[in-house]
Amino acid sequence: MVRLITHNLLACHVKGCNTNNFPLQFQDVQIELREADFNADFLRGFLPKIEWNALVDAARQLGDTSLPQEQPTMIDDDFLKALHHVLLEIHVEEGAMVCPNCKHVYPIASGIPNMLLAEHEIG
Amino acid sequence: MIPTPDLSHLSHKDYEHVYEPAEDTFILLDALEEDADCLKQVQPRICLEIGSGSGCVSCFVGAILGHTSLYLCTDINPHAARCTVATGVRNQIRLDAIIAPFAHPLLDRLKGSVDLLLFNPPYVPTVEEEAANAQHHADIAGAWAGGEDGMQVTNELLGLVEHLLSPTGQFYLVAVKQNDVPSIQRRMFDEHGLRSEVVLERRAGVEHLFVIKFFRGCPPTKQVIEFCH
Ligand SMILES: C[S@@+](CC[C@H](N)C(=O)[O-])C[C@H]1O[C@@H](n2cnc3c(N)ncnc32)[C@H](O)[C@@H]1O
Ligand SMILES: [Zn+2]
Repeated sequence: MVRLITHNLLACHVKGCNTNNFPLQFQDVQIELREADFNADFLRGFLPKIEWNALVDAARQLGDTSLPQEQPTMIDDDFLKALHHVLLEIHVEEGAMVCPNCKHVYPIASGIPNMLLAEHEIG
Repeated sequence: MIPTPDLSHLSHKDYEHVYEPAEDTFILLDALEEDADCLKQVQPRICLEIGSGSGCVSCFVGAILGHTSLYLCTDINPHAARCTVATGVRNQIRLDAIIAPFAHPLLDRLKGSVDLLLFNPPYVPTVEEEAANAQHHADIAGAWAGGEDGMQVTNELLGLVEHLLSPTGQFYLVAVKQNDVPSIQRRMFDEHGLRSEVVLERRAGVEHLFVIKFFRGCPPTKQVIEFCH
């Protein structure tokens, strides 16, 4: 499932593509919303690992503007609820992710990203 | 007792393309179950299984840890990735499957972040070419064909473990006798400073199976064997 939490962790790994290879840009996506169990401990624990700008931009690309542009210093319940929804409940089911640097296209089918490369692209 | 994940949604047709859980899978489940309390204490936020196949192992970890962790699962076999997701749905554990070799597209972002890393690799000794072909075609042969000493595929992951593990991270690896377990342990210590212990060992048919656990610094359990001297 390409949830935004996964998207926030994926970079292009084509041989020689080492700069500006993150975040991947969504293209022609179909989205589904599915409820997930809320767990505040998990969210607090995961927060330091998030690339904030990439998450906010990805959410906006998918039409969700609930997150503030700057990562807040005060972590309250409303913020965690919004974060929970953006990270864990928005599923990209079909479409693709494109590398901003080398333009490699990684397809997404049935919610699963295909990150395999051709022989000559492997590092 | 942690129940074995429900796999009744998978059929013989699926197992033509995807590895059906077998003794090597079950020894890993048993090792994880023995360490369940210790695992809960570490409070993993990011679990990553390489070569998740049916998804059985990650689901089992999900049953131990609950919704307090992210479960990332890679496999080079697209059928396996689909089965992994289906097994997650069936057992109400969200497994985020990615079709990818090892952790390649995750390496930048997961540096020093993986709390629990799992790999039940293709460990059967074969000729080199057979393993290379199996990796290329990413089909059922990729589930077992391991090349020289059965280590061709595992070796590639071993080089990434130190990069991926968090400070309290642990890595569970399944191996067989022919893989030369003491040599794997020695190399991981000498080259990457990772300590390890054999947490389980058993004979199943012709196979002599091992589960090795690797970790940094302080031992997460008492009886730790050091391989530095
Ligand atoms: C022995 S099976 C284990 C499957 C499952 N984890 C289990 O324990 O039942 C090995 C799995 O690793 C996958 N695999 C082989 N080479 C891989 C690689 N380079 N990267 C990711 N997965 C790989 C295979 O497709 C297969 O699903
Ligand atoms: Zn690229």
